[in-house]
Amino acid sequence: MSGNIVIVGAGQAGCQAVQTLRAEGVDAPIIMIGDEAYPPYQRPPLSKAYLLGNFERPRLFLKADHYYPESGCELILDTSVTAIHRAERIVELSNGRKLGYDKLVLATGARVRRLKCRGADLPGVHYLKTIADVDGLQKVFQPGKRITIVGGGYIGLEVAAVGAKRGLDVTVFEAMDRLMARAVSPLVSDFYAREHEKSGVKLKLRAGVEAIEGNGKVERVIAGGESHACDIVLVGIGVVPCDELAVNAGLGADDGIVVDQNARTGDPYIWAVGDCTRHVGREGHEIRLECVQNAIDQAKHAALSMAGKPKTYSEVPWFWSDQYDLKLQIAGLARPTDSLVQRGDPATRKFAVFHLRDGKAAAVEAINAAPEYMIGKKLIAEGKTVAPEKLADLSIPMKQIA
Amino acid sequence: MPVQKFKVTYIESTGQAHTVEVAEGWSLMEGAVKHLIPGIDADCGGACACATCQVYVAPGWEAKLPGRTDMEETMLDFAPEVKPNSRLSCQLRMCAELDGIVLNLPKVQHA
Repeated sequence: MSGNIVIVGAGQAGCQAVQTLRAEGVDAPIIMIGDEAYPPYQRPPLSKAYLLGNFERPRLFLKADHYYPESGCELILDTSVTAIHRAERIVELSNGRKLGYDKLVLATGARVRRLKCRGADLPGVHYLKTIADVDGLQKVFQPGKRITIVGGGYIGLEVAAVGAKRGLDVTVFEAMDRLMARAVSPLVSDFYAREHEKSGVKLKLRAGVEAIEGNGKVERVIAGGESHACDIVLVGIGVVPCDELAVNAGLGADDGIVVDQNARTGDPYIWAVGDCTRHVGREGHEIRLECVQNAIDQAKHAALSMAGKPKTYSEVPWFWSDQYDLKLQIAGLARPTDSLVQRGDPATRKFAVFHLRDGKAAAVEAINAAPEYMIGKKLIAEGKTVAPEKLADLSIPMKQIA
Repeated sequence: MPVQKFKVTYIESTGQAHTVEVAEGWSLMEGAVKHLIPGIDADCGGACACATCQVYVAPGWEAKLPGRTDMEETMLDFAPEVKPNSRLSCQLRMCAELDGIVLNLPKVQHA
């Protein structure tokens, strides 16, 4: 027995696992392996302040460099794990090294979904997931440049907002009939569409990209049968979980590594946390979450389980997006069958949409509306019945509704 | 020009004090996190989205800080054990005026 805790992946979830393991008094040696050149860093600012140039690179890192040696955590960077040998409890690294583990945490994250159309591999087609991606994009992200964004989700729209602010000529192509369709209600989609258009962003809805063309580099995008000239293409069409390692090791995985309420896989020595996982959510359905909240909370639960203090994971998921001066905060998971209650007027640029299910708050989308978000999250966690007419009445403060 | 740094003292709820240097322009939340000071969670990384970086500003320093924005005010409403001198440290930027500021940390950041 090696006694080691090995963490595969050096992102937000892996970093949180180290922090909680140590806070819970687990003193086993920890080895964390990351395939990027950097120690754990925050990804959310990448598509926002970091791209804009308002946030220097050192500020991205979650911990000071000396944290890792002081915490008894060996960091192996620029290295991937190529195989797990469960019977021997050994992982194999891309540099040939083999490491024994007593407990293994898979925090492998997700990778960007790649565009598969003709011309998708032309120089000038960018993705946004890592520091290296943004550093590459920034070189060409200059005022006057024409950028075509494929995908009107969080990443695409955050880049659109930064681009408009920096004076780029921005066009967004979205295959669905509205923006952020997977994440927000139609009212919020329409509000964001108007805000982007006010800032000069051109939106093309129901417009899937058919091809990218150019002579040795991106020159135009073909969408909806029409040709749109551009200098840069940024693709933001979602992510896929990095679960191959688990699949190849015979662990349960299907679009995400399957874990229980303690972030444990089917192997009692292996846990999995963050974007790479799939779990039964608090509402009893299998879900896969791609967010900071899940990375942090699932890693905490995995660490508690490893420390012998298991606690059931049932936190309410939360998300946020910054576009222009608008802060979008979402708690809970909406369903198309929820009944919607609007609170506040979008024209004031401060409003919220509550999703009720069987009379109880199931989700809230809040735009520049922190009380609605915070109280909404609390109502969802408590599973309380709420009167829709109270939620809709701005003269009743949220605190009274709680 | 090299980045200017100024002193901040963070005092844990146990009384343990840490005096560190924080670069101009950085938030006082980042100053604590980068120096591994226990007692600041900052789950959202400074987006004013989680209310887990509350600090209590020591007497005399409050007047030197910009007022709370609406967003900070409302997020603070939901932090545990809020006092009149509570602030979210992610919303406070280091500058020459704040050189020497003293911040007390709450026992817990999650309600």
